[in-house]
Amino acid sequence: MFIQIKNLSKIFKNNLAVDKINFHIEKNKTVGLLGPNGCGKTTSIGMMLGLIKPSEGEIIIDNKNIESLKRNDILSKINFCSPYIELPKKLTVKQNLEVYGRLYGVKNLSERIIEISEDLDIKNFFKRKTGELSSGQKNRVSLAKSLINKPEILLLDEPTASLDPDIGDFVRSYIQEYRSKNQVTILLASHNMNEVERLCDSIIMMKKGKIIDKGTCNEIIKKHGRNNLEETFLKLARSRDGFQ
Amino acid sequence: MDFSKIYALGLRHIYLISNSLPRIVDLIYWPTVQIFLWGFISKFFTLNSDYYSNTVGIILTAAILYDFLFRVSISFNMMFLEEIWSRNFTNLFIAPIKISEIITSLTLTAILRALIGLVPAAILAIPLFGVSVFKLGLPLLLLLLPLYLFGVTLGLLVTSGLLRFGPSFENIAWASLFFLAPLGCIYYPIEILPVSLQILAKGLPLVHIFEEMRNILLNNTVNYFDIIKSISISIVYFIFGVIIFYSSYLGAKQRGTLINMGE
Repeated sequence: MFIQIKNLSKIFKNNLAVDKINFHIEKNKTVGLLGPNGCGKTTSIGMMLGLIKPSEGEIIIDNKNIESLKRNDILSKINFCSPYIELPKKLTVKQNLEVYGRLYGVKNLSERIIEISEDLDIKNFFKRKTGELSSGQKNRVSLAKSLINKPEILLLDEPTASLDPDIGDFVRSYIQEYRSKNQVTILLASHNMNEVERLCDSIIMMKKGKIIDKGTCNEIIKKHGRNNLEETFLKLARSRDGFQ
Repeated sequence: MDFSKIYALGLRHIYLISNSLPRIVDLIYWPTVQIFLWGFISKFFTLNSDYYSNTVGIILTAAILYDFLFRVSISFNMMFLEEIWSRNFTNLFIAPIKISEIITSLTLTAILRALIGLVPAAILAIPLFGVSVFKLGLPLLLLLLPLYLFGVTLGLLVTSGLLRFGPSFENIAWASLFFLAPLGCIYYPIEILPVSLQILAKGLPLVHIFEEMRNILLNNTVNYFDIIKSISISIVYFIFGVIIFYSSYLGAKQRGTLINMGE
């Protein structure tokens, strides 16, 4: 197991945001993290990124508890992409990639920047300020930043939210292609069920801070007697407690 | 400490400044206005006050030194606020950079920002008012050191507040220095303060720095003991600031405010 989450909980004041969740992700697999808004997905990702201290439980990556590792040792192997966080708007695309490449200690940085910018088709707006780009362009730049260090673990929080279908499809295709060429374990939080079905080897469904189901897409759809993941999601999200 | 990462974070702020002419102008504009304002006040006092009659520009020198403190502190705060305003906070805190490296980078870049603004203004004071802060010589560096440390400390305390209370703490960032200024005895001797406030003021490095500056300019002697005292007090405050920053960071991790922090 590459990532193992054991009895992970987070309590904010009196609010139980994540309630003793357990799951694991095999190396080089892509796992979808699904659930309605406020179910604890972002908090779980925040704990895996070391931004939020768990109230209880363990996060084990490559057989090492992340609490026992030096912060930098683990963070240099992880990266994160979300449309809800941004890169400095007043810096050009190239400057942002250079700064983050240096922060991640990327070797042969110039070559890596050229490589990633060609892959994600961002080279023609390299010298423009990031804040002046369209949502689709910003999204690709953000994805480039998250891949600059060739992470072993990639956490994606709604990577195609607010993108038009064409750019959304481009991003999904790129993630598929990148995954096939590189050794990367991905945890994908998304509300786009087609995206999850297309990209994920298995899924974890959360509700009210708990895991209510997990398995492959087909297993879960079949288990709940629905035709697709969207219908299954709605059934679980609208059920009284979500448990079957 | 990895200096390539310290440089990388500094580079982010150097790019920010170099990409924008209005930002460069803004950095130079305020210290220059200060120099003009205090230059004329200084000139007036020189002509009309016995206390200042022997030393031209004592107020202007104080204004330049105080502005250095102000610029260092504000620069430190501004660079931190830039991360919040640009919603880049999460990206920064998930990068493999130690908190000590973040502090070091902000500390080193703060002096660069402060000097961009202050050096042209200090040079301008020479032909305009016949006052050169550089005439203080080596003791100038010894006076700037505790000011720099104390400016960074104030920056650390304000950024700790930002970590603890979020962007709503921003207004305090601007007000922090004005709060301490009356006790700093920047433009007047400590004897002006009521006795109870004198005790408080002596706990700040500012009093010792500005008293010593006046001593050098009025008496042409350097009291190294007072300078060492001001450096020592500044170091104590700096260590306190670092501890508060770390504890605010750990508190923010506990409360989950590091994720999605932004305007």
